[in-house]
Amino acid sequence: MRTIRASIIGFGSVGQGVAEVFLQKREELENIGLDLKVVAIADSRGAEINNEGIDLSEIIARKRETGTIASRQITGVEIIRNVEHDLVIETTPTDVETGGVGLENMLAAFGHGRDVVTSNKGPLALKYRELMDVAREAGSGFRFEATVGGAMPILNLAHDTLAGNKIISIEGILNGTCNYILSRMMEEQASYEQMLAESQELGIAETDPTNDVEGSDTACKLVILANSIFGMDVNYNDVDVTGITKITPEALILANDEGYTIKLIGEVKDDLIRASPRLVPIGHPLAVGGTLNVASIQTDLAGTVTITGRGAGSIETASAILSDVVSLYRP
Amino acid sequence: MRVSMDIELKDIPGQLLSALNPISELKGNLKSIVHHHEKRTPRGTIPLQLVFEADPECLDAIISKLEKNGVDVTRVDEKRFVEHGAVILIGHIVHTDVEDTIETIDNTGFAEVVDIRLSMPHIDTSSSASLKIDAIGKKELHDAITILRDIAVKKDLLVIEPIRAELS
Ligand SMILES: NC(=O)c1ccc[n+]([C@@H]2O[C@H](COP(=O)([O-])OP(=O)(O)OC[C@H]3O[C@@H](n4cnc5c(N)ncnc54)[C@H](OP(=O)(O)O)[C@@H]3O)[C@@H](O)[C@H]2O)c1
Repeated sequence: MRTIRASIIGFGSVGQGVAEVFLQKREELENIGLDLKVVAIADSRGAEINNEGIDLSEIIARKRETGTIASRQITGVEIIRNVEHDLVIETTPTDVETGGVGLENMLAAFGHGRDVVTSNKGPLALKYRELMDVAREAGSGFRFEATVGGAMPILNLAHDTLAGNKIISIEGILNGTCNYILSRMMEEQASYEQMLAESQELGIAETDPTNDVEGSDTACKLVILANSIFGMDVNYNDVDVTGITKITPEALILANDEGYTIKLIGEVKDDLIRASPRLVPIGHPLAVGGTLNVASIQTDLAGTVTITGRGAGSIETASAILSDVVSLYRP
Repeated sequence: MRVSMDIELKDIPGQLLSALNPISELKGNLKSIVHHHEKRTPRGTIPLQLVFEADPECLDAIISKLEKNGVDVTRVDEKRFVEHGAVILIGHIVHTDVEDTIETIDNTGFAEVVDIRLSMPHIDTSSSASLKIDAIGKKELHDAITILRDIAVKKDLLVIEPIRAELS
């Protein structure tokens, strides 16, 4: 049995999902020879540390009841620097302007030779090369399947399962909020504003939906795909981005009359990285509805492979993190 | 299908009619005739350039009728608009001269706007339009949409074009 000592930095929706999934899958993990011990958890107000392994059901309950897990005034980055462990699970908020605390956490983790698994796109969309170089020099594992498409496997699919293929292009829907709003605008023949309000009520869109609806969330994911799968060296500013805020219900109806639906599509091909509303034929594999994500990967040998799945959600995103953890340590 | 054709007429009366009749008999629709009256070929015939729309299945019949009438067909160039695409525009479409937008595509010669549908809910909100574009090939359809995208940037319109898989 291999014991992996892990920290979870950021204990919101995804961080708690990870804790739940670790609890739920303890036996399966042991069956493949892994004993995952969470020795430290941080949220914005402080931390809990236990060298013997934190009681995950207790800490989830504590977070739900009191709003914080903090029993000590220690920050995430202090944990990374000072607590002995192998793996940092980085699930703090995305900041695409500066990389935010996530960037600091990742660099600190590599600086101490720790591995990183993350769902945080910001640092990767901004400083992909730098992070990869630092991780490589430190000999650290670094995986980030959860940053693109949530539970939908795309990075590991392209790298591992499709190994040997040349990836020619990727085209898909990488933002569930936009997909939901556009799908509902068509169904209800309602305005963008109305359907944005509905998705905010349902908790699908955030109070400040800018990152989703203006396309920057999709753009960040495209940057990660471009760098990781296509070997490019690009950042967020290299993406040509158009959001969905100008789409009218009339446009959706006209498109429907021609046999199309309108989707916010991200694409990477050659030197083109673009996020824009596009016409997708009704019935086409990319024409998925609701909050689903989808991606078509065009390859030289396997032809086009299309995957669809849940692009967000606490447990769904934790599933991608778990699969990264297993791939890093599976004996 | 649009056809451009070079033919040669003998310099005797009635020849022009024997050239044009086969086209109209087979339901062709004449678009233009360029007639070089003063020009003569080395063979002493009069060169003529025709452009017409015709059913692709009738083209062979038109040619053989022409030849039966003693008209020499020296070149046939089919401009088949085989590719069809749709594009949605959103913005102040009418106020930014929709005719000019359409003409820019039509003037390419390789693509044309064959249908436009406009939806204008209120005077002060953006209108939406769907454009159907025919082009002589995939590349040309792609080029026409690129031209449209450039116009749209200048006119502050949003262009929603088909996904890549639809255009390649
Ligand atoms: N939610 C999804 O479905 C999803 C899917 C894919 C990727 N992601 C990405 O995953 C990350 C986490 O998302 P989320 O939905 O879990 O966000 P969230 O619910 O807002 O959680 C963020 C967590 O980070 C904590 N935090 C903030 N600043 C911190 C700091 N300086 N040090 C330590 N902890 C800090 C917050 O603390 P408090 O609890 O004290 O506020 C909170 O626990 C984001 O980068 C997001 O883009 C999310």
